[in-house]
Amino acid sequence: MNEFLRRVLFLPEQASTFSRQVDSLHYFVIITTMIASTAVGMAALFFFVRFRRRSETQTTPYLLPPLWLESLFVVVPLTFFLAWFGRGYRDFVLLQTPPKDAMDVYVMAKQWMWKFSYPDGPNSIGVLRVPANRPIRLLMTSRDVIHSFFVPSFRIKQDVLPGRYTQTWFEAVQPGNYQVLCAEYCGTNHSMMRGEVIVLRPDEFDTWLADQRRGLVRSQDGTPTPDEDELPQANLIRQGEQLAVRYGCLKCHSIDGSPHIAPTWLDLYQRREPLESGETIVADEGYITESMMDPRAKVVRGFNPVMPTFKGRISAPEAAAIVEFIKSLRSQPLEQARSRRPVYEPIRRP
Amino acid sequence: MNPSVDRDAGFPAHHYLNAGTTVRSWLLTTDHKRIGVMYLGLILIALFLGGMFALILRFEHLTPGPTIMDPVTYNRMFTLHGVTMVWFFLIPAIPSVFGNFFLPIMLGAKDVAFPRWNLASVYIYAVGAAFTIGAMIYGAADTGWTFYAPYSTSTAITVTPVLLGIFILGFSTIVTGINFIVTIHTMRGPGLTWMRLPLFVWAIYGTSIIQVLATPVLGLVLLLVAVERIFNFGLFDPARGGDPILFQHLFWFYSHPAVYIMVLPAMGVISETVSCFARKNIFGYRAVAYSSLGIAFVGFFTWGHHMFVAGQSTFDAGAFGVLSMFVGIFTAIKVFTWVGTLYKGAIRFTTPFAYISGFLFFLVFGGMTGIAVATVSLDVHWHDTYFVVAHFHFIMVGAAMMAFLAALHYWFPKMFGRTYSEGWGLVSASLIILGFNATFIPQFLLGNMGMPRRYYNYPERFQSLHVASTAGSTLLFFGFVIIFIYLVLALKYGRVAGRNPWGSLGFEWNTPSPPPPHNFEKELPTFTRGPHEYQVVPEVSNVA
Amino acid sequence: MSPEPEVAEHFANAQVQRNAVRLGMWAFLGTEILLFAGLFAGYAEYRSLYPEAFFYCSRHLDATLAMIETAVLITGSFAVVLAHHYAGERRGGLTSLSLLAAVATGGAFLALHGVEYVTHFHEGALPGRYYTLAEIPIAGSSMFFTLYFLMTGLHSLHVIAGAGVLAWLALRAARGPITEHKYNAVELGGLYWHLVDLIWIFLFPLLYLI
Repeated sequence: MNEFLRRVLFLPEQASTFSRQVDSLHYFVIITTMIASTAVGMAALFFFVRFRRRSETQTTPYLLPPLWLESLFVVVPLTFFLAWFGRGYRDFVLLQTPPKDAMDVYVMAKQWMWKFSYPDGPNSIGVLRVPANRPIRLLMTSRDVIHSFFVPSFRIKQDVLPGRYTQTWFEAVQPGNYQVLCAEYCGTNHSMMRGEVIVLRPDEFDTWLADQRRGLVRSQDGTPTPDEDELPQANLIRQGEQLAVRYGCLKCHSIDGSPHIAPTWLDLYQRREPLESGETIVADEGYITESMMDPRAKVVRGFNPVMPTFKGRISAPEAAAIVEFIKSLRSQPLEQARSRRPVYEPIRRP
Repeated sequence: MNPSVDRDAGFPAHHYLNAGTTVRSWLLTTDHKRIGVMYLGLILIALFLGGMFALILRFEHLTPGPTIMDPVTYNRMFTLHGVTMVWFFLIPAIPSVFGNFFLPIMLGAKDVAFPRWNLASVYIYAVGAAFTIGAMIYGAADTGWTFYAPYSTSTAITVTPVLLGIFILGFSTIVTGINFIVTIHTMRGPGLTWMRLPLFVWAIYGTSIIQVLATPVLGLVLLLVAVERIFNFGLFDPARGGDPILFQHLFWFYSHPAVYIMVLPAMGVISETVSCFARKNIFGYRAVAYSSLGIAFVGFFTWGHHMFVAGQSTFDAGAFGVLSMFVGIFTAIKVFTWVGTLYKGAIRFTTPFAYISGFLFFLVFGGMTGIAVATVSLDVHWHDTYFVVAHFHFIMVGAAMMAFLAALHYWFPKMFGRTYSEGWGLVSASLIILGFNATFIPQFLLGNMGMPRRYYNYPERFQSLHVASTAGSTLLFFGFVIIFIYLVLALKYGRVAGRNPWGSLGFEWNTPSPPPPHNFEKELPTFTRGPHEYQVVPEVSNVA
Repeated sequence: MSPEPEVAEHFANAQVQRNAVRLGMWAFLGTEILLFAGLFAGYAEYRSLYPEAFFYCSRHLDATLAMIETAVLITGSFAVVLAHHYAGERRGGLTSLSLLAAVATGGAFLALHGVEYVTHFHEGALPGRYYTLAEIPIAGSSMFFTLYFLMTGLHSLHVIAGAGVLAWLALRAARGPITEHKYNAVELGGLYWHLVDLIWIFLFPLLYLI
């Protein structure tokens, strides 16, 4: 019966413990809706025919509903509505309350992809592997705008907000692959922001997780897939470039070696920079990051201390991306740099 | 008492349409009837534009991948479809056209309380529309009509001009609302007590209260988005301590009552037409009158049902859910009353009545799917899918649009003095009802399958239902085209309608068709009965 | 120029006209209240999220200056009541003077408020990313100033509008006799000014005192 109704109503498979619960209420509500609207439609149709106007001078009786009839048509629908609400709200509270022993997974949404990470374990883009028959709690946040994590087969959905964690949970009943869709409009590629939940048998999941942590799996889920590579945000270097534009870095730092208000970024990485204080430092990740957070600490000689602080304005992942971008700015790409033979200068005899 | 169809009056020599034929006499008119006609022209343009956007969207959905446009254009298209249809068509359609035209006549007044403000509201509408259309041409808005922050405050595509257009339009709504409230309170004719008011007036009254109280909040929230885009103060930006959900609360505080602005006048029209075409009293006048106020009031407290999965607390979800159940009861009362009015009536199945039939079925189905989404746990699956899209189109198109068409076909003879071809009327009504079902029932199923809203590309398994929906939308389109043709032809070539071709007891039928400039030929009318009392009320009420 | 009729053609009589314009203005005032309500809602939320920041930032504002501004606005409301009284007695000159006094209080309010704004600009107590007030580095402090500027800014815009309306009414009152129309207009303008004052009465304690 459940399967029949599910198919007739075009509902997806019931892959979580929640799905079947939700669907049973769904059937009740929708069937009552259809019966009620058909009944009203049929009644109206019947009245159209039975009480059609037979002559231009036909009279009609002055009718008012008796109180009991009016009350009936108020109380009966209200009872249904409140009963549905009662059951629906109770189920909703269940969905909002993850069990205490749920396994946590962190979900990070950004335009336009889903990233998953386990507290001690691997990260992945677009694919979430979970064991069957175990409650999984998803702790979700967004890097940019509001997204929404939607798995139709599990009947779960939760908006994912920037600056906050939201949570939802599910327990998958059988192994399989289930699609994840973004359900809150988030821009150009909103419709391509999809993912997959791969539910494994518990023993398979344990094996997979262990392999991941040992680094033994041949293809890491963290590797961008070919179509992801096209999205600039999947590529840390390109992201860093965009951030450098957005935060105005390129107003003062050039990327082609030309002198400007601030040291050029071309070949900055690992460059030895003389400082105002007289010391020399190597511009490694640490120095570059420190310069973003506390620019007046180590000013390069010959430049004015005019750089503002980005502390609190640039988040840690963004700073990392900018560093990656700076690292990529080489006048000679690493792979193509030829090794240099030693050069011997002839000894000048006086 | 049987008002016979009165053809004696013929076509009047002097009426509001030919009293002054210069362009200036139209542009500077303070005649509420001319203003209603001007609004009719403007909203039909909006309907056409919004409908075209919709058709284009549906054609894009014929294939799962790119079909006729790129994703940014698609995103702009659904934004503009929503903005145009909600603000420039649905909200003004019945109140600004039929409310303006008929409210004073129904009240026995010469005009609305503030005729010059009424004229100003047309111009404000036009300026708002001009801004929005201009914005569209310059590439505006890919945020959806709901403008959720932080996407709306950060998208690279221009948004502010559209916000400005809607902000300006909001004033038109507010001015109209204030005008109607004051007119109803202060300008009722002698003998016209509240309990004798036509139910259309009650509906307009409830609508106007919502317009006046809700629209300013919309104005504020759109202003805040514009300020955010220009100055980046961070009111909704978590990086600066802001809360994106605040935007949603402020937005939906307006936008939920807004849907009652769209549907209440529709219900008023249905009350008028059901009573007329069944030639019978309304089966529970007070219930309908008070339920209009009930919807207006309770409707203000249900906005959070748009935000069940947005991140608000479970308690909030519960409160908003249960209140939404109550607001559904007022509609149930009305449906019960309308169907009860048909019982033992003397029904004449005309074109307006065809639309009433469509309305009844669509309102119950659409309304109950509304109750279904208010059942919180079910909404988790349905939120932001095509199920919700189908639900609100059932109400906005299936109910509100049908009522608009019913009103147009019911009052066309009064407004323009001529009747249209009843045959073509029934043909196009059938096309529209059929086309509507074919367009939107597949969308309920798409929603059940999990097809999200605002999706440019979609997974392949959704394709067949999308194709079905698109096919239906072309039927809908043809229905509208036919209506437009025969109504325009009827303006010139239709048979003379006479004072009261439907034999209605509504007060507006006591004046010639079209009415004279100051509504009444001789003195202003006095009122001795209600407008739906098709029988002499006996000493002891004859309850079946 | 022919005088406009005392009662507009579509109204049954002068009483109906008076009732109608009054109800219309009250309805409009309702819309203004709802306009500000959204900002008050935002204030309520952020205050509950950042109670400490709001406390310190509120101390940082100049409550004495604001108190003077409050007194100034209330004086303006009193002037408007006077204007209404004189208009009822059909004394155009005094009506006009009272209205101008109210306009002057509006100007004074804006000037004092401007002093506040300039101070904030200089010390960096500004909204969002412009906030550089080192004394209060707590999270949420920039949000206080965002709300402060939005709410007082919107209010000041309404003060300007109200002052403009009163100035125009003063001009009309000075020219020619006080007709039924002008009397109604003074009453309506006065109602608007009172609302602008009332909104400040709510803003003042929320922003400066608590």
